[in-house]
Amino acid sequence: MSIVTTKKITKVFPGGVRALDELDLTINDGEFFALLGPSGCGKTTLLRTLGGLESPTSGEVWIDDKDVTWSPPGERNIAMVFQDYALYPHMSVKENIAYPLKVRKLPKDEQEKRVAMASKALSIETLLERRPGQISGGQQQRVAVARAMATTPNLYLFDEPLSNLDARLRLEARTFLKQLQTELGVTTIFVTHDQSEALAIADRMAVMDKGVVRQVGSPSEFFHRPANLFVAAFIGSTPMNLLEGQVLQGNVKVGSNTFTIPESYRGKLQEGQEVVYGIRPEYVSVVSSNADGVASGSVKVTENMGTHYLVSIDCGGTLVRGTVPDGQQPANGATLHFLPDLNKVLIYDKVSGNLI
Amino acid sequence: MTSQVKSGSRAAKPGNSVLGRLSAISFMTPASIFIGVFLFIPAVWTLYLGFTNYKLTGITAAHPKIVGFANFQKALHDPQFISSFKLTLLYVLFSAILGQAILGFLLAWVLSTVKPRIRSMVELIVICAWIVPGSIVTFLWVAFLNYDNGTLNRLTGQHIFWLLHDPFLSIVVFNTWRGTAFSMLLFSAAITSIPKSHLEVARVAGATKMQQLRQIVLPSARSFIFTNLLLITLWTFNDFGPFLLTGGGPGGKTELLPIFVYNKALKYLDFSYGSAIAAIMLLMNLVLALIVIRAGRKNK
Amino acid sequence: MAILKRQKTKMIQEKTAVEKGFTGLFLALCVAFFALPLVWLFIAPWDGQPNYSIKWPSWTLTNFAEISKNPYAYKSLVNSAIFSAGSGIAVILVGAPASYVLSRVKFKGRDSFLYTLLLFSSIVTGSAAMVPLYLLALRLNILDTYQGVILILTGGLIPTAIFILKDFTDSLPRSYEESAQIFGASSFRILKDIVAPIIRPGLAVIFVWSFVQAWGNFLVPFILIRDINKQPGAVMMYSFYSDGGQPVIRQVAAFSLLYAIPVMGMYFYVNKKYGFRFYGGIKG
Repeated sequence: MSIVTTKKITKVFPGGVRALDELDLTINDGEFFALLGPSGCGKTTLLRTLGGLESPTSGEVWIDDKDVTWSPPGERNIAMVFQDYALYPHMSVKENIAYPLKVRKLPKDEQEKRVAMASKALSIETLLERRPGQISGGQQQRVAVARAMATTPNLYLFDEPLSNLDARLRLEARTFLKQLQTELGVTTIFVTHDQSEALAIADRMAVMDKGVVRQVGSPSEFFHRPANLFVAAFIGSTPMNLLEGQVLQGNVKVGSNTFTIPESYRGKLQEGQEVVYGIRPEYVSVVSSNADGVASGSVKVTENMGTHYLVSIDCGGTLVRGTVPDGQQPANGATLHFLPDLNKVLIYDKVSGNLI
Repeated sequence: MTSQVKSGSRAAKPGNSVLGRLSAISFMTPASIFIGVFLFIPAVWTLYLGFTNYKLTGITAAHPKIVGFANFQKALHDPQFISSFKLTLLYVLFSAILGQAILGFLLAWVLSTVKPRIRSMVELIVICAWIVPGSIVTFLWVAFLNYDNGTLNRLTGQHIFWLLHDPFLSIVVFNTWRGTAFSMLLFSAAITSIPKSHLEVARVAGATKMQQLRQIVLPSARSFIFTNLLLITLWTFNDFGPFLLTGGGPGGKTELLPIFVYNKALKYLDFSYGSAIAAIMLLMNLVLALIVIRAGRKNK
Repeated sequence: MAILKRQKTKMIQEKTAVEKGFTGLFLALCVAFFALPLVWLFIAPWDGQPNYSIKWPSWTLTNFAEISKNPYAYKSLVNSAIFSAGSGIAVILVGAPASYVLSRVKFKGRDSFLYTLLLFSSIVTGSAAMVPLYLLALRLNILDTYQGVILILTGGLIPTAIFILKDFTDSLPRSYEESAQIFGASSFRILKDIVAPIIRPGLAVIFVWSFVQAWGNFLVPFILIRDINKQPGAVMMYSFYSDGGQPVIRQVAAFSLLYAIPVMGMYFYVNKKYGFRFYGGIKG
């Protein structure tokens, strides 16, 4: 439906905070796009700027082939669902859904039709006469989405749509949102601070930090090839092992241990270079013998993750996390030998923080 | 259809607020005019008159002269003013802070623990004292404190001219009676805003009522307490109510500053002196407000 | 689990007999203190020969009949209503938009600005600025007029009204307005459809508060109104005096009740409907 582009967009708040710093981003037609980042990274400011609730200090916002940087929000044909849903407490659910249509002066019967359509799509037909205060959080969210949907926008903006729901509802709601977005096929941008949410439902996503985009790509790119140390540390339900070391004779020396450099990195590293050796705990496996490239240490903590155990191993002061299958968990203090999966190893330049 | 709106829409300034700059200004304008004309001008005028020798009658009525700080100097050497000033501070301390605030807090605290029916009944009575118009209240208290057959003398079996015998005490009690409702309402709101779990945690931990009050209720109600103190201090400092009860007498024993100003300016028609006192009061208000606000910020 | 929890809270809330005794005693004393001076207001008007004491009345309407002989008595209540309704409406019309701006537009020194206003207002509603206010009314040619009293009362009430209304508006999430903005609603539309209905309890509270303040105000009409036809109840109270300078208790008692009932009724109506709510406090 719509392609959204930002061109060198900068937002400086009074007081000098740079919420957005010359940010360039393109969101493709029909995409479910997640803006992810720690709080204060500028993701909400970016969303609000796309919606027209904030005006950028400099730069441009384009929707399709129109510069909308200075268009009022009402002229952008977008819909936004707020974190608190912003349902008007003095109107019934039905009046809430119909309100935007009334503002746009749609004929009464068209209003009725759209309310019926949206409430059916979100299975809230039975709630139409109630007030927002009388329905549950999950229902409120559906009403907010229905209100957005009834306006048939070209672009949806969601601000932390799931954060006000409890854990079980959240899972249900996110599946539902994904399904709905796929069906509608309308470009949708959502802001979240929960990386598992972004990874689970976004087609593509951007991780932001201090007003800049640190990486854009598909969730699997994020998981398998984080472009820099910031993203590597941020993404993944168990954080990636990021071991600081030095390149020495074809290996990376981390403390007293040496880790093998994968084939793919040969020739890209210089002797003595300061690097960070990254490997997800999921790809660190325990081996029996002390063979080549195998590191060892003593078990500090074991955590039950259901299908497997997460083991924290103390290798001469550096903590390395690995996984063992259920039933094979070692005792605390036991010495363990482990081996990273070389296909999954990522090496970052320590100075620039970027993936080599 | 909307393709050509780009030029000029820059002025609309989306973001910032729902309000454009223009509507914000137009919303503020009426209030600004009111405040300017009916608050700012009188205040400045008061200050100006304080520096003149303006009187309503006599030669200076037509052509007031600037006399500099003469009125202010006169005030500082006027024993009547000094005693009135001290009286006002005591009045604020006893009737507003010790009377209204503390009684209001106790009422709010105790009422939060009793049955809703009792609570609304007690609140109703306290609020009645607050909203009955001042002119009536004066008569009610004249009747209540009456020498011959007033309720108080009847109940206590005494024969006392309360307003002559204990005039200051009378107006302190009177103002406490009159204004406690506001503090009670504000503190009730404060106490309701404390999450139940906080108090329950304290109770489970075995905290006494005093400990709960000191460690949970008072800190949570902090902002309410200081708002309350600020407002009641200002209101009491400028309270004209006792005038209707005692007229400032007997012998100036209840001549609070607002009454002093009234007597000087409107009774003896010495406008300039009255205005100088009023200017000093404004300054005192400022000091009192600063003290309360400072204390509020510091105790965070 | 739920039952267990309920039992626990019940146990916690259980008071000891001593506590109950203290609570009861304290409340009884408070009720006595606040109620006793009020009793006269409700009893004396019905007595044929009222004095300052509280006694069982003879249940007669003669006092009210006597007041109606005074041509100005009932007129003064109408005047009070004009002053109060006028001030209440003016305070809302002028104060509400300003408090909305002050709630939504941040600028440096906003809080100090509000406090300064409160200071000015407490002075001006007191007796201190009565001289300049009198002179001002003289210059503006509004002496002895309804609008003069209304304007000056409104000026004195506005700062406190803005202060309290701003608190109400602050509690309204911005997302309400923003979502309407995204739907394309104009500023005016948003105020009319969203903001005003939601803060209506606040507006009602402020209206009644202003009404009650104006209704009870003695000083402003006392100084600005000379024409007895325009005098409000607050001033009229002091006209029920005999030639000897003593108040005529029968008239005072009956008039007091008539004069008190409208504001009390109004207050309790609004309190029941919306509740007198207070938010916030000193921030920052």
